[in-house]
Parts: sequence; C-alpha cells; structure tokens
Amino acid sequence: MKILVCISQVPDTTSKITFTDNNTQLNTTGLQYIINPYDEIALSKALELTEGGNGSVTVIHVGESATDATIRKALATGADEAVRVNAAPRDAWFVANQVAGYAKDQGFDLILAGRESIDYNGSQVITFVGELLDVPSVNAAKKVALEGTAVVAEREIEGGKEVLSIPLPAAIGTSEGVAEPRIPNMRGIMSARTKPLTVIDPVDVPVLTQVIRYESPAPKGAVTLVDAGETEKLVDLLHRARVI
Amino acid sequence: MSVLVYTESVAGKFKKSAHEAVSYAKAVAEQLGTNVTALSIGDVDASELQALGNYGASNVWSVSAERLKNFINQAYASIIAQAADQSGASVIIISNTFSGRGLAPRVAAKLGAGLADGAVDLPEVAGDVLTVKKTAFSGKAFAYTELVSPKKVIALNPNAFELREVGGNAQVEAFNPVVDDRDLTTVIKEIVRAVDKVPLPEAEIVVSAGRGLKGPENWGMIEELADVLGAATACSKPVSDAGWRPHAEHVGQTGIAISPNLYIAIGISGAIQHLAGVSASKTIVVINKDPEAPFFKVADYGIVGDAFDVVPRLTAAIRAYKGNS
Repeated sequence: MKILVCISQVPDTTSKITFTDNNTQLNTTGLQYIINPYDEIALSKALELTEGGNGSVTVIHVGESATDATIRKALATGADEAVRVNAAPRDAWFVANQVAGYAKDQGFDLILAGRESIDYNGSQVITFVGELLDVPSVNAAKKVALEGTAVVAEREIEGGKEVLSIPLPAAIGTSEGVAEPRIPNMRGIMSARTKPLTVIDPVDVPVLTQVIRYESPAPKGAVTLVDAGETEKLVDLLHRARVI
Repeated sequence: MSVLVYTESVAGKFKKSAHEAVSYAKAVAEQLGTNVTALSIGDVDASELQALGNYGASNVWSVSAERLKNFINQAYASIIAQAADQSGASVIIISNTFSGRGLAPRVAAKLGAGLADGAVDLPEVAGDVLTVKKTAFSGKAFAYTELVSPKKVIALNPNAFELREVGGNAQVEAFNPVVDDRDLTTVIKEIVRAVDKVPLPEAEIVVSAGRGLKGPENWGMIEELADVLGAATACSKPVSDAGWRPHAEHVGQTGIAISPNLYIAIGISGAIQHLAGVSASKTIVVINKDPEAPFFKVADYGIVGDAFDVVPRLTAAIRAYKGNS
C-alpha cells in the first residue's frame, strides 16, 4: 500500500483574520500557521492503514521554503518521506495540478487529503486530483477501510449517509472521525530530521481564478436581550424579523 | 453563451437547493442576457421537471437511464460537461451540497473552467469576467474570486439565494449522454436516509443544543421546540463526542457548516470552533444561563436563563403564535 497525503498549512483556527492593502491581501503579521486539521486527519489515516510495515506514506506540500516546519511536523508524525513543490499555492486548481503532476507516474494506491482547507474553505483539491489522474474519488469520507483491492468509504449525504466501494487507485478526502489523530512523539521528532525531503519545481498551470479582494463580515449590532419570563416578546421579535 | 444548472434530486423530487440553484441561474442569465437550461439526472417525475420553469428554466434536459439513476460523481460530471458543451453554456451552476462538492471540481477540470465554490451572492459581471463572493476563513471573511476563464463553474451555497418564482413551465426533453464504463466503477453498497426529517444543511430553522442540556435524556424539549418550528436539530461538538447525539448533527468547524435563516443555540457557550460553522446564520438566538457566554457577542437576540425553564416556555409561546397566525 503506497499512500500520498496532501498537506496544506493554514492560519491557526483561533487567529484573528484581517486584511491589508485596501483589503486585497491577508494580513499575515502575527499569524500562526498549522497543518490544515483535515489534512492531519488524512495523514493519521494513512499511518493507520500502513501500520506494521504494510506500505509507505509520502506527504506532498505546495509551498515556499518557509513552510518546511510544517512538512517536518508531518514527517515527525510518522510520514516516511516528503515532497515540497517549490511554489506559492495560488489556488486549488494550481495545487491539484502539482499533486497530480508528481503522482502520475509514482504508482500510488491511494491519495488522501482533508475534505477542505479551513482558510479558503474550498473542498476542491482532492476531487481535482481524482479528475486529473482519471481515478474515482470521494470528497468527504467519514469512514475509510480497505477491502482487498478496493476502498470502502462512507460519505455524508443530506439527511443520511452512503457507503461506497471504490476500486484502487483512488483519491479520498477525509472528514473528522476517519482516524484517531496522531501527534509527533520524541522519537518521531528526532527521526524527522533525517527523513528525505525532496524539493521539486512546479509545473505550469494556466490561471483560471484569482482572489481580488476580501471583505470582513458586517459587525453584529449588540444583542437584544429578552427577559427569561418574556418568551412571547422573543416570538414577537422573531416574527417582526420575519424568520418565523 | 447560455447558463446551465445541474438540479440535484432525491427519490424523484428536486431538493430546495436545486430550486435555489435554478433561481440563481436565472438571475445570472438575466445579467448576461441569455437563458437557462436545467439538467436533471435520475428518475424525476415529468411534472417536477416542468415545474423548474417556475424558477426560471427555459429548457430542462433529463437523463433517466437506469444505470445512471444513482449519483456517481465521475459519471455525473461527464454528463454535465457534455450538456455544457452541447448547450453552449459558458456558466455552469451546481449546488454546493455534499454531492455537489464532489462534482463541481470534476466538471470544471473537464471544461477547463475556473471554479468558485461556496458562492453566497450573484456575481459581479465585467465583460467576460465574473467575480463571485464566497465564504472564506470559516465564516471570518468573504473572498471575491475572479473567474477569468472563458467557461465558469459556480457552486452555490444552500440557503444563500432566495427562491424566485417567475411562473411558467419549462420545455422538457430527453438528453442522451455517452457514459464510459470507466466512470462507473464506484459501487454504491448502501444508502441510509432519514425520510421524515429536514436535512440539516437545507433547514431554514435550526434548533441546536450543547452541554448545558446535561445529558441525552433531556433532548425531548429540544425536539419539541424544533417540531413546532419545523426546524432541524443540531448539536455542539462536545455533545456528539460524548455520544449524546449522532455525529451527523454536529455543526461547527469540524462538523457541518450551516447558514439557516434562524439558528437557536441552547446551552452552547459559543467557542470559536462552533461559531465557524454557524456564523453565516442570518439570525441567531442564544439561550444560556451564563451572561458572559461568548455566544451572546454574535447573537441577535438572547435570553439569559436556565434552558430547562426557558425552552418549554418558548415552545408554548411559539405554539400559541402559530395557533393565532
């Protein structure tokens, strides 16, 4: 079992998000970056599936050299080797082309990524990769198990769930609950320093989309408090607000 | 350059999000001075297909082959791309649902189209470029994404665009795509769907509760309140982690992100991870006995009080209101 896991880095969940240059750039001053939590779940799943010498896990990341700490953390968590595509991750289409460009002749059985990144909240990369490599995909699996040469994945649907059997090779996006989260231990951190990290050049990808500006949500006005004994008043306010 | 909209159906009926997508497609078509073709895949009643005209579709193309009855993203993406080519569509609208998210990137890649997912408003049109407002940073911002490719795919968030009924029936015709067996290798082993409940991502009203409820045995009053409001029920992460409620009800950063018209949070403190999944709600009501709960800072209306006291009263007050109206 040869698994490739796509890792992105995102601002920490609790970060305050502000913009500069007339709302055209993310204000990165003081931002702490972490591995996208859903990608961490994907990595944990890959490590679980290859446990006991049952295969290898490669992580791939698209980013400039400042992101090496993120990659080392993935290696410390247990990945065997890492590939960094030396380019700023312009958009999901760009990233997916880099992943597919690397993966196409490497013989991976499974490509995993988080179901979405918590920065741009796109859930595009893993499905783009599936399409570019012409393999089946599930964009947000809640359970993943191997059954012979197929992967059985459970995905959410509106009001329920669906269980799919997908022949390998396949591209799967992971949701919370797919695997027990793993964290680096001291041995992992030591060995991460010597694990191979290969840096490759990006492939050319035409520009199809670009973010031109940002907007912060309109600040909420102060909350209108209603006395606990006056629920009728709340009903009246909701009626006036036309939400019931 | 027309607009193509894929309308997702469940058990022969269109979902509300499909009607929203047609309304949105119609509004985009008006911006561009063109008309809307809707594409339906699976067994859908003729009357349902025709009724898409009421939301602005001029034509409906229907694919009803037996082997394409159930959603397989590869096959459906291929069909949508073929329909886009044959209808000459320059803009393709897909609902940003669980299935839509597994579909839109494939359609975009096949067409060489730029994709904006999580759209929350009509695009700005400047010549051949569309700029789409989409959610970003888990509800903490919006990003305006320019689609500069000749063809464009927009995935519209549920509950983000209101239904617009324009009257009229659509012209329905069969569409016969070529589908390669290679796109049908995924096998559906099981589909489990609660039939009588409002699906959470589509619900207009959501009643949600947290640890303040103290235990799963106390959810009766939450379900009762949801019932009188015709609402879906949801919960916070600690509640689903503790197994008090199913994971499918968990809203927040790592659960489902929702944007109902009304979100009622009961006994939930409002941690940032929870707010990330619900802050797009249009109106937020918070009921919490702790006046310092951070959730009050983002709420429109609040009651400081004990849930066990307030919720039954609120249910009674809503029942009285519904009885009078």
